[in-house]
Amino acid sequence: MNAPTATASPPPLTRIAPDNWKLAILVGVLVSLVAVLAAPAAVSFWIVGAMAALIAAAFAINAYRRKYYGGLLVAPAIAVLFVMNIFPLLWSLGLSFFAYQSNQQSIRFVGLANYVKVLTSELTATANWLALINTAIFVIFTVAAQMIVGFLLAMLFAKQFPLRKYLLILVLTPMMLSVVASGVFFTYYYDPTFGILSYVVNSLTGEQFVLMSTKLGAVTGIVFADAWMWSPFVMLLVLAGLVSVPKYLYEAAAIDRVSKWRQFWTITFPYIRGLLMLALLFRTIEAFKLADLVILLTKGGNDTMTISYHLIRIANEQNKTSEGAAISYIMLFMVIVLTNLYLYLANRRSQGA
Amino acid sequence: MSGKVSILEALGFRKASGVGEAGWGRTLAAAIISFIYFLPVLFIIFTAIKPQDVALSVPPTLSPTSLFGLIPDQFVFTPTLENFGSVFERSMTVGGAPEPTGFDRYFFNSIVIASSSVLLALVIGTLAAFGFSRYPLKGNDTYLFIILTTRMLPAIVVIIPVILMFRAVGLSGSYTGIILLYTAFNLAFTIWMMKSFFDELSLDVEDAARIDGSSDVRVFFKIALPQVIAGLAATFVFGLILTWNEFLFALLLSGPDTRTVPVAMNQAVSSGGRGTDWTLLAAIETLFLIPVFLVTFFLQNHLLRGVTFGTVKR
Repeated sequence: MNAPTATASPPPLTRIAPDNWKLAILVGVLVSLVAVLAAPAAVSFWIVGAMAALIAAAFAINAYRRKYYGGLLVAPAIAVLFVMNIFPLLWSLGLSFFAYQSNQQSIRFVGLANYVKVLTSELTATANWLALINTAIFVIFTVAAQMIVGFLLAMLFAKQFPLRKYLLILVLTPMMLSVVASGVFFTYYYDPTFGILSYVVNSLTGEQFVLMSTKLGAVTGIVFADAWMWSPFVMLLVLAGLVSVPKYLYEAAAIDRVSKWRQFWTITFPYIRGLLMLALLFRTIEAFKLADLVILLTKGGNDTMTISYHLIRIANEQNKTSEGAAISYIMLFMVIVLTNLYLYLANRRSQGA
Repeated sequence: MSGKVSILEALGFRKASGVGEAGWGRTLAAAIISFIYFLPVLFIIFTAIKPQDVALSVPPTLSPTSLFGLIPDQFVFTPTLENFGSVFERSMTVGGAPEPTGFDRYFFNSIVIASSSVLLALVIGTLAAFGFSRYPLKGNDTYLFIILTTRMLPAIVVIIPVILMFRAVGLSGSYTGIILLYTAFNLAFTIWMMKSFFDELSLDVEDAARIDGSSDVRVFFKIALPQVIAGLAATFVFGLILTWNEFLFALLLSGPDTRTVPVAMNQAVSSGGRGTDWTLLAAIETLFLIPVFLVTFFLQNHLLRGVTFGTVKR
């Protein structure tokens, strides 16, 4: 991981120079925080913008002086991400230490009280924990379903056959639908009176069938819809890995009479391991954010409230902005732990192999 | 024997090279499974060409043709193209004169916002990915992980500061604001994806070019970039699909002039207090599906070849 320009050591943090980007970031973040907390939004935005420009300029000058292209290339992306994502993230992190409601003017510092409240208070903590447990259930089942279905679909499409191109795009289409439309149509498919599912069950058993009336049914319905929409994402990534396996490896294995099972683990799997990881990583992150399907299908009824939907209610409908921020940072902490665990395991396996 | 084969070959049933060959059984299985997988989408498309009064009929109407008597008459409906017209022009009150709905504008907005933000993210993100891959900074992995973190928080948390920020500087309801926000939204995925493509390239060619006196800029444009065109296509398609259907940011940040189709779709089908307008929703979604379907279809070959290189490397 040595930089090509390792001979030119980075400047010490304390030296004031136009190319000291570390100092620029430090000053930029500090000044931004102070500006956000002290000045009105109209002023603080421009201060933050100036800080972003300062950091970008420090990166550029530093890069120019040292022929240090890394900083120069990364700077535009960092600048956009800083203004649009990292700065709002820090803002809401700051908010989580204050008592603030977006429909009121008052704001006061309360330290960790919001975190204590959302985790232990009798009034709110129960709902939070329930939503968290539900989210865990959804993450486990949707991600597992997507990985399995996506993997099996990819195995199906791994070999060349006639019309493959056209059949493949049929399987990819669910991913392209707007969640609004597909979610609303799933309420139709599951509808006890008009829906197709109840019609089929009704004509087989003669009884009316209501899927969403129990927790099990509601969770199954949501998991099914989500897995249907996003399995193609996993499929596409895995398929890319399967297609890239050199054919001669299989031919050599066939000559040596290696079993199919062993062929899969020794030849195929190493080619798709990284892609499975990427799919798992992004699907897990998205599954933690599951809200739209729940809103459309159950509105959180039958104990299907997820943490993300709960958050929308708290922050948007009840205007408890700082409590919402506290919950989301607890959630962020969990996602970070989980993704780091994934990446750690993936790296250890790939180094061991 | 050879005559038969050549007829089949003419239909595309020839022995393929490269990825092996599947038998008839696998072909049939794939066809049936793909069709079943596609059924919910097919139902939406069929709903778009249904007359409004049979949209909720019991038993449900399933097909515009009886397929030569294969499907019983009670499941068959008479197709109509009326719903597509009412996407763009319909009467808003009972018995009122047809008014333009503004959906032509919303489609234009969706196309402009999605394509420009995905392309912008692709340009900035590819540069950054090349930087992360070839000229690692100190703490490179930390930066990459922080960038990934920006995808992890639910949108609702980021949105409150962003709304305040946009209001303060007059960006709310403008193209610039939402395009910049979507660019940031796409950057994490673009950088991670493109970095893994650059990581997979052999450095020998680039080093050789440098020894021969090529500048670093030239190495990037003439040697590295042409090798990852497939990756660019794949990243573009994934980014487009995600941005095209994004709902929450668009709902809270787009003004009347910059409203995108998912937001307008949500309003069109749930307003009026008459419950969901199924045929209208289906017609909007069917039209909305066409551009992204076509782009994916034409970039499909790149997509398969493209993500071949993409793997998680930290």
